[in-house]
Amino acid sequence: MDWSIAETWAIIVALGIGTFLLRFSFLGAMGGRQLPDWLLRHLRYTPVAVLPALVAPAVAWPEATGGDPDPARLAAAFVTVAVGWWRKSVIAAICAGAATLYAMLFLLG
Amino acid sequence: MPASTRKSAYLTGLTQGTPFLLIIVPFALLFGVVATEAGLALPEVMGFSVVVVAGAAQFSAVQLMAENAHAAVIILTALAVNMRMAMYSASLTPYLGPAPLWQRALVAYSLFDQTYAVAHARYEARPEMGVAERIAFYAGAATPLLPTWYGMTLVGALVGRSIPPEFALDFALPITFLAMVAPALRTPAHVAAAGSSVALALVFAGLPYNLGLMIAAVAGMAVGAEIERRMGAR
Repeated sequence: MDWSIAETWAIIVALGIGTFLLRFSFLGAMGGRQLPDWLLRHLRYTPVAVLPALVAPAVAWPEATGGDPDPARLAAAFVTVAVGWWRKSVIAAICAGAATLYAMLFLLG
Repeated sequence: MPASTRKSAYLTGLTQGTPFLLIIVPFALLFGVVATEAGLALPEVMGFSVVVVAGAAQFSAVQLMAENAHAAVIILTALAVNMRMAMYSASLTPYLGPAPLWQRALVAYSLFDQTYAVAHARYEARPEMGVAERIAFYAGAATPLLPTWYGMTLVGALVGRSIPPEFALDFALPITFLAMVAPALRTPAHVAAAGSSVALALVFAGLPYNLGLMIAAVAGMAVGAEIERRMGAR
């Protein structure tokens, strides 16, 4: 990594300001005004649309295996979703996913 | 709003935020480790967690810094990963819009996946909550999470290079995000939104600057909203 301390901090501060502005955008500007129904309807699906898309490539082509699909990681992702959906619990899903990952990595050696 | 109501909302927030420590702790540790291994010094590693406070964006930025990408690409990519924060902001606005500006600014600073998920679920389930009560609940949920985010980043940066790759920590992030989403797949619209978003993210994974993620996310939201509209119910 060839970044000077000043360059690194410039990136951190730019990211911090940009991220704050994204977070503050509507909360800061909209005040008590009501958003239109169509927009609220789209926003309801924000978490389920963004987060899976964020990790889908990492599940399908993990960097740890050089981009090759990995049975252990695929199984862990599947179990995480299945248990999370079934138990409606984030914690149960994480534990089940991690257990599956380690068990598979151990078994597949 | 009586103080006792705010206090009980704060305590409820505290109770509902605390379980997310199980996500925050490994996630923050992991960031400390990954950033240190990428070659960042301790103050910069901590700078990321205190100034940016956004796990996935921090990981993307450090990853690209390690690859010596152009600074503009690093910032744009990490901000693209954080576009969802604008959507969270919009989504909380109907509930928190009337709160004083400084409170909304503090909410904005601490608005990440976990605080959003906890707060939005509570506000949706309890429409009768007052604005001061909602802010108190939010503060309660953020109280255990934010200091832990800083503290565990520090621990991760300090233990850094001593964690062997057999622990497969690379997969902590996917498992965390999938675990957060799965319980939210309550309706066919939610399932369709997530499914189409995953399919498009894979199809467009090769696009530069996280454009594939943006396309997939926007399309997934549109699919969910359209199915909800056609089914005529939430």
